[in-house]
Amino acid sequence: MSYSWNETDVEALTAMSKRMRLDAMDMALASGNNGSHLGGSLSCIEILAVLYGKVLSYDVNAPLKPDRDRFIPSKNHCVLAHIPALAEAGFIDKSEILEFQKDGGRLTGYPMRKEIGLEYSGGSLGMAISVGIGIALKMKEQGFDNKVYILMGDGELNEGSIWEAFMSAAHFGLDNLVAIIDRNHLSYDGDTEEVMGIEPLTDKLASFNWHVSTCDGHDVSSLLKAFSDDKKGSPHIIIADTIKGKGVSFIENRREWHHHRLSQAEYVQAVNEINNE
Amino acid sequence: MKITPAIIRKWSMLGQRGTAFGIAMPDIASRKDNVKLLTADLSLLSGMERYATDYPGKFLNVGIAEQNMIGIAAGLAMEGDCVFASTYASFIAVRSLEHVRQHLSYLNCNVKIIGSSAGVVAAKSGVSHWATEDIAFMRALPNIKVFSPADGLEVIKVMEYAADNDGPVYIRLSGGLNCPAVYKEDYNFEAGKMIKLSDKGKDVAVIATGLMVSESMKAVEMLSEKGINCSLFDMHTIKPIDKDTLSEIFKDYGLIVTVEEHNVIGGMGSAVAEFKAGFANAPRQIFIGFNDCFANAGSQHYIWENTGLTADKIAVRIETEYKR
Repeated sequence: MSYSWNETDVEALTAMSKRMRLDAMDMALASGNNGSHLGGSLSCIEILAVLYGKVLSYDVNAPLKPDRDRFIPSKNHCVLAHIPALAEAGFIDKSEILEFQKDGGRLTGYPMRKEIGLEYSGGSLGMAISVGIGIALKMKEQGFDNKVYILMGDGELNEGSIWEAFMSAAHFGLDNLVAIIDRNHLSYDGDTEEVMGIEPLTDKLASFNWHVSTCDGHDVSSLLKAFSDDKKGSPHIIIADTIKGKGVSFIENRREWHHHRLSQAEYVQAVNEINNE
Repeated sequence: MKITPAIIRKWSMLGQRGTAFGIAMPDIASRKDNVKLLTADLSLLSGMERYATDYPGKFLNVGIAEQNMIGIAAGLAMEGDCVFASTYASFIAVRSLEHVRQHLSYLNCNVKIIGSSAGVVAAKSGVSHWATEDIAFMRALPNIKVFSPADGLEVIKVMEYAADNDGPVYIRLSGGLNCPAVYKEDYNFEAGKMIKLSDKGKDVAVIATGLMVSESMKAVEMLSEKGINCSLFDMHTIKPIDKDTLSEIFKDYGLIVTVEEHNVIGGMGSAVAEFKAGFANAPRQIFIGFNDCFANAGSQHYIWENTGLTADKIAVRIETEYKR
């Protein structure tokens, strides 16, 4: 990797994560009775902060620059983390984030709008990595040294075509492809190992010829180290151990908060907890 | 390239798949930089060896993984490639359908889906390898144009059109080797415009697609000998449908017959009927195709016999309906 980091970066990314978590609460409150995907957004806040704050190469003034890094959210329901990250990066104005569910809005419904950093429109799980492979193949063909980053959930690893994709990425030697698994241990119905077990995950991915790194997905130093741990010739996968709903006590590790309404009182408590962290 | 009757005879021996990948694709790759051809472990069967040897940088085998193939095709197209992705119609239009919907239809990616062995030519491999619903699936997807060429020459025309026009298309290749030539000499092909092949009278308008154009042509001759005067139209483009020509047909003819190697639900006949529904006093329509059924496996001809898709059976059905 072409970046280095120091304590100042760690502090800045930790502070960025905190701001994003507060933004996520504002968005959740704004969604009213519709509710929003709180659990799986809060689990990947630090991952997105590290990506947009340090790892990704992009230019908000030239969003279509051909050799930019690409970020593809496969777990596209992570909007409460992704949209705050885009605001932190400067792709959108901070005042716009509360419009993420507005009828006809440009942020509504996981749209693809490359001009504001939304590189892909998905939502149905397990499909984005194949698109990322196509993009990575074309980047290599053009001789770019950029990378394609794909954020995946752990539950979506139940989907079959993901394993077709894992097989092919290694076969094609795509060392410009980085997948991050937000290993928050919960899918909608409960513990991934009870619903449909995916372990031993490191062994499975290594046996598919991926270079596997593991890290603490809520520790920015650990994430920075994992992102820099790449290997020539192999696609890189980072298993980021996380807590679904991280940062808010009554949301953490609670499956019903996968998608849930946030009341005014809950909002106040959540904001207090995040501020006092 | 100069298209002579002798070349057309040679191409007809190659079949639709043969002309698609042995003639059209090498030509497209020779004149366009950003072309890719993707296969799911069917390059040998599809006759792609020459292409793969001559254009290794424009060829990618993804293994037996049709869903991944469509996703990869979308990623390549999002970065500027004009991608042709092919395997059996039954796999590409069914197993990959969600990838096609999300990535090609919704995101409007420049990917050409080439479904081979559509209809029941994969006869003895059984229903798993037949495709008699693919038009219905593809036709329901916004942005995707749907083509069903009548013979090997028309396949080349459709492939060249697809290469030169941005956007997703589905091209339905029918039959195996030795695809009967409907067009014995070169002709003008225009996407979205039906072609009138036979003009014997206004009793019946027979609208056919794919291999049923050739079968219907024979049926129309038989009916002519019995004094039933039909016109035959090749509907090579099912979507967007040719509203101008159909409007004329609805005015001019006493009976409409649609013929397709496909389920009568959701296919070409349905597309005609959907448009016809808006016309007051339009003629009656007879749907010839698979009557919402599978069939006992056997040779393609055996299946056609049992489902009423041979020239003889088509002629008998039209005669019966005409005299009703």
